[in-house]
Amino acid sequence: MDELSPEERKKRGQRNVAIALLIGAFVAIIYLVTMLKIGANIASGNP
Amino acid sequence: MNGAVTRPLKELPQQASHASPWDYFALLKPRVMSLVIFTALVGMVAAVSTGAGIHPLLAAISLLAIAVGAGASGALNMWWDADIDALMARTIGRPIPRGLVPAPEAAGFGGILSALSVALLALASNYVAAGLLAFTIFFYLVIYSMWLKRLTPQNIVIGGAAGALPPVVGWAAISGSAPIEAWILFGIIFLWTPPHFWALALYREGDYARAGVPMMPVVKGERSTKRQIFIYAVILAFAGAAPYFVGMAGPFYLAVASALGAWFVWLSFGVLRSEPGEKELPKRLFGFSILYLFAIFAAILIEDLWVIYG
Repeated sequence: MDELSPEERKKRGQRNVAIALLIGAFVAIIYLVTMLKIGANIASGNP
Repeated sequence: MNGAVTRPLKELPQQASHASPWDYFALLKPRVMSLVIFTALVGMVAAVSTGAGIHPLLAAISLLAIAVGAGASGALNMWWDADIDALMARTIGRPIPRGLVPAPEAAGFGGILSALSVALLALASNYVAAGLLAFTIFFYLVIYSMWLKRLTPQNIVIGGAAGALPPVVGWAAISGSAPIEAWILFGIIFLWTPPHFWALALYREGDYARAGVPMMPVVKGERSTKRQIFIYAVILAFAGAAPYFVGMAGPFYLAVASALGAWFVWLSFGVLRSEPGEKELPKRLFGFSILYLFAIFAAILIEDLWVIYG
């Protein structure tokens, strides 16, 4: 496999950070949706 | 007809290691996405004005899911059309033809985002909205991009349904249903699409001819295209007033839709009467068509917000 140039290394780092942030955001959103749905069910008296 | 120039995707330059996150974001067609967000938001607010409602945060997450779904279909479209994008001045700067993102990566990116956006919409709102979003992505990729785009000059007439669905998805995300009012918003965008894209095709005709895409001016000629633009503009001007007559919009909307609809017809008439090869008037009509759609949906939004908070 070819060695990455400094520029390619930098772009790869940026892509990795972007993927990490997006996965983190997705997890946070799913958590938020779960809490809101559970909260609504509890408020309406559903099990 | 199927005269589109095609070439194996592996012949396209591929330098994945040069792609920045912004190149992947560009795959989502951000400008198209912004129009989808806006029209879906109008559908959502219109649904709220009828008494339906979900938690505001869930509504915001639903809108995000719709936006990501629209972006995902854009990435899948760029994957499928990479060969012809490389031949057109308008699209040659996209990440795949530039060799920044390999086409298979764009397909994977679009596919994963499609699945996540549909799942997220199902969780945040309901299955009706999620089903409609899935259908929109399927329609844009399979029916429009894969089947119609390179087959018939009616490509964007039928394919326009994909771009017209976001307000229906937005409405369903709030209410769990898609009533006739939502389909009226669909109808306005559906009728708006042909004159919008044919105006673009009139001044980008060389692009489409080079790529072998059978757009109306390439196949039927300028004269026929201008006539059809005018006919669609007249129908659109009347359809644009429909929300008032079914009681989903008020006099403010009617005034905006009537004035802008009349101006749309007038500009289309100018295009109809223009000399062969004239590019400036179609360009002006294309620019105005964007303003038209934005303004009449903004008018609905303002009136509905007035109903909700006024």
